[in-house]
Amino acid sequence: MNYTTEFRDPELAALQLEAIRRTVANHSGVMTLMEVCGTHTMAIYQHGIRALLPKNIRLISGPGCPVCVTPIDYVDHAVALARRPNTIITTFGDMLRVPGSSSSLMREQARGATIKIVYSPLDAVAIAAKNRAQDVVFLGVGFETTTPTVAGAILTAARQGLKNFLVLGSHKTMPAPMAALIGDPELQVDGYLCPAHVSAIIGSDAYLPLVNQYQVAAVITGFEPLDVLQGVLMLARQIVSGKMQVENQYRRVVHPEGNPKARDILDQVFEPCAARWRGIGDIPDSGLRIRPKYAAFNAAIQLPVEVEAAVERPGCQCGEILKGKISPKDCPLFRTVCTPEEPVGACMVSSEGTCAAEYKYGTD
Amino acid sequence: MTSEIILLGHGSGGKLSHQLLDELIVPTLSGYTPQNQNDAAIVAQPKGRLAMTTDSYVVDPIFFPGGNIGDLAINGTVNDLAMVGARPLALSVGLILEEGLPLSDLRTILISMKAAAEEAGVVIVTGDTKVVPRGKADKIFINTSGIGVIEHTFAINGSGAKIGDQILINGPVGDHGMAVLARREGLELDSDIHSDSAPLNGLVAELLTAVGADLHVLRDPTRGGVATTLKEIALQSGVDITLNETSVPVSKAVTGACAILGLDPLFVANEGKLLAFVAPAAADAALAVMRNHPYGRSAAIIGEVTLASVGRVKVRTAIGGLRSIEMLSGEQLPRIC
Repeated sequence: MNYTTEFRDPELAALQLEAIRRTVANHSGVMTLMEVCGTHTMAIYQHGIRALLPKNIRLISGPGCPVCVTPIDYVDHAVALARRPNTIITTFGDMLRVPGSSSSLMREQARGATIKIVYSPLDAVAIAAKNRAQDVVFLGVGFETTTPTVAGAILTAARQGLKNFLVLGSHKTMPAPMAALIGDPELQVDGYLCPAHVSAIIGSDAYLPLVNQYQVAAVITGFEPLDVLQGVLMLARQIVSGKMQVENQYRRVVHPEGNPKARDILDQVFEPCAARWRGIGDIPDSGLRIRPKYAAFNAAIQLPVEVEAAVERPGCQCGEILKGKISPKDCPLFRTVCTPEEPVGACMVSSEGTCAAEYKYGTD
Repeated sequence: MTSEIILLGHGSGGKLSHQLLDELIVPTLSGYTPQNQNDAAIVAQPKGRLAMTTDSYVVDPIFFPGGNIGDLAINGTVNDLAMVGARPLALSVGLILEEGLPLSDLRTILISMKAAAEEAGVVIVTGDTKVVPRGKADKIFINTSGIGVIEHTFAINGSGAKIGDQILINGPVGDHGMAVLARREGLELDSDIHSDSAPLNGLVAELLTAVGADLHVLRDPTRGGVATTLKEIALQSGVDITLNETSVPVSKAVTGACAILGLDPLFVANEGKLLAFVAPAAADAALAVMRNHPYGRSAAIIGEVTLASVGRVKVRTAIGGLRSIEMLSGEQLPRIC
């Protein structure tokens, strides 16, 4: 099967759209569906999906872009570490341009800090093995999709006896923020397009408590255009029939029990904790921190640095955008002061950010 | 040559410099003997308007599947001349070498520069070589400048797009950017992706002969890819462009690699592709010329100019959606040329 063409088939897309139209034709009022994951946001923009849907379906973007929900004090912490002598910062590329309170990693790089972009945390371990006289810090940002690989990297470094590999963690989990947003009267979310690859780890059963408690529609949905359209159709059918449940559109990847092996590796190294989400605030049990047993790899403990007091950029509406309350075009800074070249907020930086997607692909 | 690596002395202007020039660089690139070297090259005055361009090449890595920094530096400048409809005549080559560069690497690069120049039918007439201390440059940087002659009276420029123009491309997009990225980052992909680096002046000459004044715009979609280049032209010409995503040729390997990395092939660089805006009546003829040429076998019509406007570019997506595209911002893929 060719996943990049068969899931973009125009005829099948037309059939799905017709089914969606029929389903919601007699639905009174607007149906608000939140796509939780940043990759969904990008796919919806890239394939022009929003404009194809009936007018009474409103798609809003949620808090599933890991870079975007990372609080500004984390960026400041990373900047402070980058300024340390004998330190190599390793990171996924998106973090480089995220503005902190007074600097960014990209600026620190221009001033002489050593920052290397990696595609896997294991690359950072390899860099640590090659540069034993330097502290190699990996910026651990992401959801359950990436955190097992960070856990794997820490276990690998432990096996290799590396003392110079460290992780500055800001790991987040699902579905706690989805529960946090559902009670918001301004949002009135009727259904969630649940994350695809996060669900591959945590499993579709992870959403059962959310659906049972809040009676919200939930469909785990893949990232290709036909996946998204089918996910929207399944949500619409749940909402119209009033039978809310967890459905799995992305069965080719996601199983009810998830990936126990990945979760086991994750559990060895990380433990649940409260976490701060940009724009949403502190949410209990929504993050992961390194267990005390692996404190030797925790940069926040091993490398004390002075971190400047966090100052949010005036006017930045990232918080409201991450909650789905406003769209990028409602932000006064969008396209005027805040652009991908000079981003004010993280939503404009990340390749999964709502503002970056709107800037790159939005139709006028 | 006694040393196997570049030494600082090779840029001193003294004995080592002369040795490097006389024994390696000049004979490989130009065939000039020490007796006919002067401070400047003298080129016969051609008939027609002159075109001139310059470009610097800093690609990392310097060797990548499908080429190296040397042929890239020749093809890139040849193509810039061809994109204004000029026939490339002569090039200059400026080399900035990092101390410690293996001489064998330099030799390989020079040989491929010569081969690329020969294929494009252009001569390297002058040059310069500097050596900088280790760490002050990254192995080798190359600047090439070129002059060409415009032997026709057609106006081919970025502001020439007209309503109804059909937009042609001479083959699949994204190969160069993904080839360089895959090599640099050590990505292990199932299928090899090779750079499309190639001289396009021959293809342009054939297009000019076949469709002449019906050829309105030519541009090579290098950094920023097809999307950024179309946006530039739309703005310059004050027109709206609609692109059909399903018509844009993309190899399976590039589609897959882009999907893995979250990149959009429309924004990935090419080094052997051109976009041609052609009047509708001449579009089929232009397409036939491309498909008959070795560098245009899988050419396609990928979009059209829809109306006079403020310069919007819209993409009709595979599933029938519509999205707009802006220029590439930031550095999606730094140092790809």
